[in-house]
Amino acid sequence: MSIGTIARRTFLIGSAATAGGVAFGVWRYRTPYDNPLEDQLAEGEVTLTPYIKIDTDGVTVITPRIELGQGTMTTLAALVAEEMDLDLAQVRADHGPPSAAYYNGVVSAEGMPVAATDTGFMARTARGAGDVVGKFMGLHITGGSTSIPDAFDKMRQAGAAARLVMIRAAAEREGVIAGSLWTELGHVVGPNDLTIAYEDLAADAALLDIPRDVELKSRSNWRYLGQSQPRLDMVPKITGTAPFGIDIRLPDMLYATVRSNPAQGAGALNYDATDAQEMKGVVKIVPLKTGAGVLADTTWTAFRAADLIEFDWAPSPYPETSEDMAAALADSFTDEARDSRFRDDGDVENGSAEATEIEAEYKVPFLAHAPLEPMNATAWLRDGKLDIWAGTQVPTYVVDVAKDLTGLPDDAITLHTTLAGGSFGRRLEFDFIAQTIELALEADGRPVKMTWTREEDFAHDYPRPMGMARMKGRIAADGQIESLDGAFAYPSVVASQVSRLGLTVPGPDVAIVAGGWDQPFSIPNYRMTGHRAPEVAPVSSWRSVGASGNGFFHDCFLDELIHAAGLDPMEERIRLCWHDPSRKVLEAVAEMSNWGSPLPEGSGRGVGFCLSFGVPCAEVVEVTQTERGLKLDRAFAAADVGTALDPRNLDAQLSGGMIFGLGHAMNCQLTYTAGGAPDQINFPDYPAMRFDQCPKVETRILENGDTIKGIGEPGVPPAAPALANAIFAATGQRLREMPFDKFVDFA
Amino acid sequence: MKIVVNGIDHEVDVDPEMPLLWVLRDVLGITGPKFGCGIAYCGACTVHIYAQPVRSCSLQVQDVDGPVTTIEGLGSPDGLHPVQEAWQEHQVAQCGYCQAGQIMTAAAFLAEVPDPTDEDVDAAMGNNLCRCGTYPRIRDAVKTAAQKMKEA
Ligand code: FES
Ligand code: FES
Repeated sequence: MSIGTIARRTFLIGSAATAGGVAFGVWRYRTPYDNPLEDQLAEGEVTLTPYIKIDTDGVTVITPRIELGQGTMTTLAALVAEEMDLDLAQVRADHGPPSAAYYNGVVSAEGMPVAATDTGFMARTARGAGDVVGKFMGLHITGGSTSIPDAFDKMRQAGAAARLVMIRAAAEREGVIAGSLWTELGHVVGPNDLTIAYEDLAADAALLDIPRDVELKSRSNWRYLGQSQPRLDMVPKITGTAPFGIDIRLPDMLYATVRSNPAQGAGALNYDATDAQEMKGVVKIVPLKTGAGVLADTTWTAFRAADLIEFDWAPSPYPETSEDMAAALADSFTDEARDSRFRDDGDVENGSAEATEIEAEYKVPFLAHAPLEPMNATAWLRDGKLDIWAGTQVPTYVVDVAKDLTGLPDDAITLHTTLAGGSFGRRLEFDFIAQTIELALEADGRPVKMTWTREEDFAHDYPRPMGMARMKGRIAADGQIESLDGAFAYPSVVASQVSRLGLTVPGPDVAIVAGGWDQPFSIPNYRMTGHRAPEVAPVSSWRSVGASGNGFFHDCFLDELIHAAGLDPMEERIRLCWHDPSRKVLEAVAEMSNWGSPLPEGSGRGVGFCLSFGVPCAEVVEVTQTERGLKLDRAFAAADVGTALDPRNLDAQLSGGMIFGLGHAMNCQLTYTAGGAPDQINFPDYPAMRFDQCPKVETRILENGDTIKGIGEPGVPPAAPALANAIFAATGQRLREMPFDKFVDFA
Repeated sequence: MKIVVNGIDHEVDVDPEMPLLWVLRDVLGITGPKFGCGIAYCGACTVHIYAQPVRSCSLQVQDVDGPVTTIEGLGSPDGLHPVQEAWQEHQVAQCGYCQAGQIMTAAAFLAEVPDPTDEDVDAAMGNNLCRCGTYPRIRDAVKTAAQKMKEA
């Protein structure tokens, strides 16, 4: 087992990461990983750095973060194209193989209890340690809005180094000094009409040492970065030619589906597949750890046959009903269950005389990821080799799982990471891939494509956990907000996720308080406490993770305090905010929405703010009470990403995140009544934002922050509070629990 | 059984109750139409029969009573349909999984209603789900596509 594998298997995050990372020493951190492309080169291909492969047709850029819809494939390719001087439109992008060389150095820093607004020495050291840990662990992972910050320097460096060796190779070949040559869109050019395509230099260039720490272009010289680029995956996606995981076709392939115990984690005691077995087109029924699978001639046959299997499921180890789960959360507001208190300013216990006290309890439900592409994977085991096709955010873990299931060595396993029809965090789990490998073991050398029904997908999501908050605050006699005291209770997402790897994590779970403890407001007495509830169901990271609930708890309660103080919600947030980039996003949405301008009778405007994943984001929503219910008229979002690489794509992610946040706040929840499966079985029960409910949307991206940040998640947390605050403004009704359609009707 | 897909005749030997979607995807290898919900709710599987938008996950192949057009038959990467051109111009797709269905719905709608109002667009597209939240760009792209189709 390599050091990377060992480290990966002891998934360390939070404060433990700092200690663990440093313990390995700096010497190894400085040593680059081997280039995984070297083992896989076809005839005529060469590679320069793990990110660049060249053949006679041109350059392929390895974009090792999975394209889930967030547009990373194009922006990551642009980082290399910018510095290597490539024609971006001609670049081919590929997810590349699973490899520690593609470690994510930013993702573990997100798990540290260091506020994004903290630029002190300790905070910077902790973040730096995140990169060390990420590298040691060989964490090849997509998530946490980290793809761009992680790649920003690494992939530009790769491009710049490749460009330099191209020039050197040309200089040697032509017998001129390198300084007389330059590059133009995939060619080295020089005096006397010299022009040589990179393809023709690649073999020579590959023999040269790749320089490190090459100087990068200044921003004023950028050709692609900072400008909106057509997405490389756009034309394939609008012509039906983009190969998603579910579209894989292989010779003599079997089609499959599975049924697993709706009580996640418990298997089948027994099942009767007699009728299924006899159905025309069924090839085999395969027992699985979690239930059973059907191998058949088409997906439809597999679906119908699976319906005929009668299961006797093992009982759920978790509480049966939502009420019992909520009770377990409510019981967790104790000293024993206290998980963290990263903020404890002043004294929240003893207020000034004559202060007004306000208390409120807030709740969020379980939520499904439910990307539109149901979970699926393809596996082909033959001649002692295994090939897997899957949309996964954790490719190196998938290889570990495949090794455990098949007993094959690393080099006999090839994982092809496909395009994915959404994720929202779902593809950090690999249950569906493990099931497919189990099926391939029984398929006599034939490839197997396994697809879940939508019902299986809803029943076996690892959802965003239910959460609860108890908020207290005081308004002093002079009308100022004097204190804000928040306590949050959730089951630990991190503990649940790593438990499925057979691991435990020491220390507090930052996700329990993320988006609550780290907000940039000056309130003299300000305390945020996390409580760890028991694991009432297996749960997982859902777009924006802890901030998806805490952003709602913190910001809505702040709104309550501001209203109680008789102040303007926007002006007072701006006045309380000490963090410059955060204040500016608030000012931006105020301007965009023309905050303060009169609205018609029955309409209201609300602002929501949350700083998450290092990105301050403010949103304003306008609602109107109509005969058919509340209508969302317009929504505005402003966010600060430090450096904006692709404005149009940032707009897509910010507006998409806001719409995702609004839709789930309006009409989504998973509830449990019996048997461990949620009551919601398909999209009619879980509509999220419908087309005709979607407000008109406007976004603005700011660049006042000092480091580059990712935008996949930060648009989500402010959406629910902005909507709840708008509903309060329009109707006087204060909503403290999602989904809001339990209490109000939406048009 | 005979079906015509994108102008090509196919003889398929399948259970007549098999939904068209699975005949297309698993039997004929035409994977542009997507499986999202299987119950005619999300629209990811939308194809045209004649010029009508149809949810292929919920239509038995024996009930297909005319030529089928899928996203692959609407246009191609080298010859985009005006609706696809508009989608490209507005860079609509995120994950893209719903977009074949969105585009097929929009194309059928615009053929009927060349000059749609905002309300028309919301009503026509209202039953197509996009989990990524591309609705604002779809609205803009449908308007652009209407313009292009008129000019064409
Ligand atoms: S898959 Fe046919 S409508 Fe959803
Ligand atoms: S683009 Fe992802 S579901 Fe619509």
